[in-house]
Amino acid sequence: MTLPIPNISWTLAALFGLLGLASTSLALARRRYPERDWSELSDRTRSWWVMTGIFAAAMLLSRNISLVFFGLVSFLALKEYLSLIPTRRADRRVLFWAYLAIPLQYAWIADGWYGMFIIFIPVYAFLFLPLRMVLIGETRDFLRAAGTLHWGMMLFVFALSHLAALLVLPSSAASASGGPGLVLFLVVLTQLNDVLQYLWGKSLGRRKVVPRVSPGKTWAGLLGGVGSTTLLALLLAPWLTPFDTVHAALAGLLIGTAGFVGDVVVSAVKRDLGIKDSGNLIPGHGGLLDRIDSLTYAAPLFFHFVHYLYY
Amino acid sequence: MNGIFNRTLRWIFFNLIGRALVLLVLGVHVRGRRHLPKDGPAILVANHNSHLDTLLLMTLFPPAALRRVRPVAAGDYFLRNRLLAWFAREIIRIIPIARRGQGRRDPLRRVDEAIRRGDIVIFFPEGTRGDPERPAPLRPGIRHLMQRHPEVPVVPIWIQGAGRSLPRGEALFVPFFCDMAVGTPLQGCQAPARDCLCQLESRLHALREQLPPLHWYEEPDEAS
Repeated sequence: MTLPIPNISWTLAALFGLLGLASTSLALARRRYPERDWSELSDRTRSWWVMTGIFAAAMLLSRNISLVFFGLVSFLALKEYLSLIPTRRADRRVLFWAYLAIPLQYAWIADGWYGMFIIFIPVYAFLFLPLRMVLIGETRDFLRAAGTLHWGMMLFVFALSHLAALLVLPSSAASASGGPGLVLFLVVLTQLNDVLQYLWGKSLGRRKVVPRVSPGKTWAGLLGGVGSTTLLALLLAPWLTPFDTVHAALAGLLIGTAGFVGDVVVSAVKRDLGIKDSGNLIPGHGGLLDRIDSLTYAAPLFFHFVHYLYY
Repeated sequence: MNGIFNRTLRWIFFNLIGRALVLLVLGVHVRGRRHLPKDGPAILVANHNSHLDTLLLMTLFPPAALRRVRPVAAGDYFLRNRLLAWFAREIIRIIPIARRGQGRRDPLRRVDEAIRRGDIVIFFPEGTRGDPERPAPLRPGIRHLMQRHPEVPVVPIWIQGAGRSLPRGEALFVPFFCDMAVGTPLQGCQAPARDCLCQLESRLHALREQLPPLHWYEEPDEAS
């Protein structure tokens, strides 16, 4: 095991500082307005502590622990998704194979086999799972079952696994933080982008972006969020990435916009299923999908941005 | 010596394997946890669709209370060979009952003893696991227990999703998120016996209504 890279430890320490600030202001606001209901905000803040703690531990302990952690996130996300969508009894065995694809996908990444990582789900899993369904022989709702399953595989196994693929990128002369630095940059910005879009939207949002899918999303929230995320990207990039100023700004824009799209796409799915939250795993936030929805779009796009420019 | 060995295995089975399986692999959300009894005697009554049900119910309790929790299970099924019988008796610590009345002895005798000892008894009043995720009518066994122990709280619990993960007749476990709803305990049912049963059944069905709908399709009907 190698020692954690100092820039990573410092960034994580800064995150805990930020959380401390959030908890302190919450406590002060609570004392100032004791009559208001603070329970949701306090649940949410507490969950942020837990999530940051787990993420920090996963990032600092070792590369393999980080990979197992991302694999576990994929598993929990896929399970949440498969538990929500309509499934056919006949497909139980097919779903078993779908779960089995997760350790394989992360094994290719751990092995550094880029070619396999990039086609395993979109080609092999895509071709194999319908074959397994055919062997069972149930044709009613076949297309719907195959389509919904592959959609989940793409978002929660393939797209999310790009976090792990970022992690194993080698460090270069331009950036000592290497893969872990890029993961931290992406995850911190995506999550802060969610919070910032929410705050901007709450304070001056009026015109809605996609009123039928997600009525809470306003133009002020989107633009304010993406703008502040880009500023944060400029601030964090010298610490964690090999980016120059232009690339850092582009990365911030990309993460902010992609995060928004991931969020509304998963919102559309929830609306289709008639649910508000995807689960109850994270108090104050909802399910795991509610927390990682933005990453499903941001992770692959950011990965290819980095891969194209630097590797 | 043998006792310590079995007790250790039992601790490992429930607190390490069982809890990891329930919390991480399966995932469960429990509503109404406050209605769970802190101490015995009590009767937990749940719908039954999967072998996972017992594990889900037992892991609702902290390790220290597990000693008191005893599932009532069919002797004809769980004692059918030596290995399974050892596992059922020593690790799960079932209270075996005879499902088909062999006449002479009262099949619920051992359950009565356990309740009198102050145990928390798990009872599946549908009598069998049945079709996955489909409620079955309650059999009269629970009515007898309620009448014999009117002072003992009966806690209704609805389990959803376990029948998808491990239905009857399937050996392959496939993770699905599970939901559980614990209802307010029924106590001292003084009504005529039939009404007690109806009351319990309607409580269970009300709990089922609380849970999010399960999208789970059976084989096609002939109708369409």
